[in-house]
Amino acid sequence: MQAVSKNVPAGPVLWEETVPGGAHWSGVMRRGTALRFTDLEAGANVAVLFWNFEEKNERYNMPDTLKAQHTAFLTHGHCGFSDMGRVLFSIVADTAGWHDTVCGVMDDALMNERFGTKRFQEHRNAMQRSGKEGLLKEMGRWGLGKRDLHANVNLFSKVTADIDGNLVFVAGKPAGTFVDLRFDMDVLLALSTCPHPLDPISAYEPKPVRLSAWRAGIAPADDYCRNFRGENQRAFENTARYFAD
Amino acid sequence: MLVESKLDPKAALVSEICAAGEPWMKEIHTGQIFRILDLKGNQAVDTLFYNAHAPEERYSAIDTIQRQRNLYLGVGTQLISTEGNPMLTIVADNCGRHDTLGGACAQESNTIRYAHDKRFMHACRDNFMSAIQHDYTHGMGKRDITHNINFFMNVPVTPQGGLTFEDGISAPGKYVELRAEMDVICLISNCPQLNNPCNGYNPTPIRLLIWDERADRP
Repeated sequence: MQAVSKNVPAGPVLWEETVPGGAHWSGVMRRGTALRFTDLEAGANVAVLFWNFEEKNERYNMPDTLKAQHTAFLTHGHCGFSDMGRVLFSIVADTAGWHDTVCGVMDDALMNERFGTKRFQEHRNAMQRSGKEGLLKEMGRWGLGKRDLHANVNLFSKVTADIDGNLVFVAGKPAGTFVDLRFDMDVLLALSTCPHPLDPISAYEPKPVRLSAWRAGIAPADDYCRNFRGENQRAFENTARYFAD
Repeated sequence: MLVESKLDPKAALVSEICAAGEPWMKEIHTGQIFRILDLKGNQAVDTLFYNAHAPEERYSAIDTIQRQRNLYLGVGTQLISTEGNPMLTIVADNCGRHDTLGGACAQESNTIRYAHDKRFMHACRDNFMSAIQHDYTHGMGKRDITHNINFFMNVPVTPQGGLTFEDGISAPGKYVELRAEMDVICLISNCPQLNNPCNGYNPTPIRLLIWDERADRP
């Protein structure tokens, strides 16, 4: 594995935003820009979905991403592939080591069953919000709906399987853990900072995440993620064809 | 866990062959029992389910995995919808393990996984596209083609997080049986993939049977 820098990314930070726990956000990241996600207090989860901003029928495809890279999780070197055989994003740095993409998000019913209900009426902005509702609200802003809700990535969450497939949530990453995503197409992303559905926490206390954007540039020929596997090289070739590189 | 079925194929309402590399689409009603039979062995059956009355509600691999806290499908698994509702329950199975992480093959993913010149080989996505293009009643499109089940396919995940497509554990005569918990549309691609061992490099026909809801009662 290539050494992962803990330094601030090269180039000036374009913008920063701290998304509180339990909140949601969406935006467009242009090709060649990157986002650092920092788990400020430890215990954060960020459910993220990705689309090609130009043609939102093209989206992050969990099975294609996993089977092409022979992995059940995501970390440094991995790319997120679209259902059209292109690279939406690359994980160019990662101090977490494992990001889940098979467990989905918590919906309102599950959240209320586990933590009880906390409405705005009584709790104002300390109300409880589920990851699924957050994603749907953001998707609606871009004309997307339930039909566009496919498997998401859960940044910072580690879930392992035993040989029988039984899943265990593994906690324990320190505050300051970060992961850097470079966008290899113009990408629309929607995210929610709600707890992971398998996180065994007893109370609803979602954690904030800081987003830091910068210009990383288009993946060079010797890029680590591009050359991580032959599969990744071919996905980058498909992407280059799309942009007429 | 292996559970044998007591149902008699002669009593089935529907008993149809789906040839290798072809799509199959049909409604299955609440309480009916649906069997997928692997006639020749090692045949991956890429399968999607939708609420027959509101297809926006559909099978959800991630919600199914989340609710059962397990990656594999077998007897007792409830297939969970995007709305958190049980759609079907696996009630019999003499194969033992079915996949829902591997997705469906597509021309585009074949270019990534194998080589650019594999683009023009037949793939499951084209079966799904063909079926929905010719379906006049449900109004479905590409957005509705979500992460499917691969019945009879073996995709083991290691405790370290490795994932591979392995030789099938199915054989001639292996089957899986599901009870519909709501009225569903079943959309199948009988997988034409020739580039990995998911079909034993020889895609073969399957048989699809549906029994009335009272067939399993005396």
